[in-house]
Amino acid sequence: MRNERATQLLFELSHPGRGGAVLPACDVPERPLAELLGAQHLAAGPPPLPELAEPEVVRHYANLSTLNMSVDTHFYPLGSCTMKYNSKRNERVAGMPGIVDLHPYQPESTLQGLLALLYELQCYLAEIAGLPAVSLQPAAGAHGELTALMVAAAYFRDQGRPRTKVLAPDSAHGTNPASAAMAGFDFVTVRSTPAGFVDLADLEAKLDDQVAVFMITNPSTLGLFEHGMREIARRVHDCGGLIYLDGANMNAILGIARPGDFGADMMHYNPHKTFSGPHGGGGPGAGPIAVAARLAPYLPTPVVERVEAAGGLPPRYRLAYDRPKSIGRVRSFFGNTGVLVRAYAYIRTHGPEGLRRVAENAVLNANYLLSQVKDFLPVPQGDRCTHEFVASAAKLKAERGISAMDIAKRLLDFGFHAPTVYFPLTVKEAVMIEPTETESRETLDAFAAALRTIVAESPELLHKAPHTTPVSRPDEVRAARQPVLRWTAIK
Amino acid sequence: MKPEELMYAKTHEWAHVAPGAGGAKVATVGISAFAVEALTDLVYLDLPAIGRQVTAGESFGEVESVKAVSDIYAPVSGEVIEVNADLPEHLEWLSEDPYDKGWVARIRLTSEAELKQLSDFATYQRQCEEEQH
Repeated sequence: MRNERATQLLFELSHPGRGGAVLPACDVPERPLAELLGAQHLAAGPPPLPELAEPEVVRHYANLSTLNMSVDTHFYPLGSCTMKYNSKRNERVAGMPGIVDLHPYQPESTLQGLLALLYELQCYLAEIAGLPAVSLQPAAGAHGELTALMVAAAYFRDQGRPRTKVLAPDSAHGTNPASAAMAGFDFVTVRSTPAGFVDLADLEAKLDDQVAVFMITNPSTLGLFEHGMREIARRVHDCGGLIYLDGANMNAILGIARPGDFGADMMHYNPHKTFSGPHGGGGPGAGPIAVAARLAPYLPTPVVERVEAAGGLPPRYRLAYDRPKSIGRVRSFFGNTGVLVRAYAYIRTHGPEGLRRVAENAVLNANYLLSQVKDFLPVPQGDRCTHEFVASAAKLKAERGISAMDIAKRLLDFGFHAPTVYFPLTVKEAVMIEPTETESRETLDAFAAALRTIVAESPELLHKAPHTTPVSRPDEVRAARQPVLRWTAIK
Repeated sequence: MKPEELMYAKTHEWAHVAPGAGGAKVATVGISAFAVEALTDLVYLDLPAIGRQVTAGESFGEVESVKAVSDIYAPVSGEVIEVNADLPEHLEWLSEDPYDKGWVARIRLTSEAELKQLSDFATYQRQCEEEQH
């Protein structure tokens, strides 16, 4: 039963004078604010904040949360985002008092447990990457890209031959060109072949002694492993450039292939995708990077170091700042440790064999789902994929006017979160599906059956979907052109 | 203007060339109906500055839809002498009437040789059909 009263705006529920806090009596002499702060700094009145009692606030948010979809409530095949189920165990570990009650200004000697954990995580991430040096500092995947490109720029400067260009394929995440521009490089797009791989001739044409980095997502956003990877790496290295691996799709190759072994010099991880960190929610993220030995001196500070002790004493862990070639800090303190602790717990829970099984099952699930839908929703890049695949509604659109957006919206009525649509841009009417390893065959079958039903439904019904959600189709054009951002503006 | 009588760039801009004042030819350019359809619902349009010198293939404007931001590439080289200043406030013209009310800019040509790089309507149609599949 939907409680529509409780999900009104907090401002609409507000009642003057209502509140939920009981403050203790003031135990110091009271003085007027104007005297303490200066009258010129005071506002004319209090800000117009909503006034509610605690049960109203709790009901508001509890009811709002039931109107949403999440991995805990629905299958969530949002391609490229790796919406795997995140076990509650990792949340419990990240919430332990020994972790959450630490303060970053505590003496290092009292932070040894956390530092040991972070040091070990650096080692695991280095091992999985096949690249020896790790920084846990970056606060998100895109921040990892930026940090690594800054490291590359520092490396080339230090060699006395700064370079100006960064290359990436046209199927890359939009963050790649953005990171390149932020790091001060000119960005150049490399074409893909119709089969979805890097066009080697186009790459060759764009390679010269000004190319600092070729950024590649492998497996790609099309769910394909770039088989020409070694050849690509050879050509880029021959020009003196570096290979950056966008690690968004590490879930497909964990424990099977190591980026450092197939030519990458730098990479980032998305712990929220691969290692069960929470997705979004406004909370802090992490985008650790791993780099080759020759790039290690340029990594941000601090890095966690282990210092062996003499006389049978346990090793000590320290935050090392004494790295003269470092690009410096990219994040306050140690980075966002909460997410890193979850990644640590995830890696320790699975172990090396378990991580490999994660990748195997992610690939198996994606291929199974592909085999179930390709007959009525064509997959232009073929019958095999890695962890995800990109189907196309182009034929349905041309013949019956049914778009990728229609299918995505209608899936909500069937109790499934929509796949990613219209990305990558290289596939028309793209429907990008990533089931992840945590879904059962029954779930995948039910999802395929829903898709099969939807593509046979009437276009009129689909254009107006979803029919069962509290909000159907927002007017995206009006929202972009005339956004209403304040409650007072609609009052 | 009839779409059959226009010339098209591979990047989906159209051009209509006519003699302008002072002898130099002037191209009226815009975005093809196929491209507008593919972009879906449009949100913003950035026009080039009048007086700007552009080279064929150079990005000289930007169109944003609810889906993505795309560059508009100059189909010919020359100087931008006029833009459809009302268009950003009437993006519906691009979908309703892309070849007349939805024109984007007028460019005074510096070279006619480049026009050979553009496709005729039939060739362009074949390109669109290939892209659809």
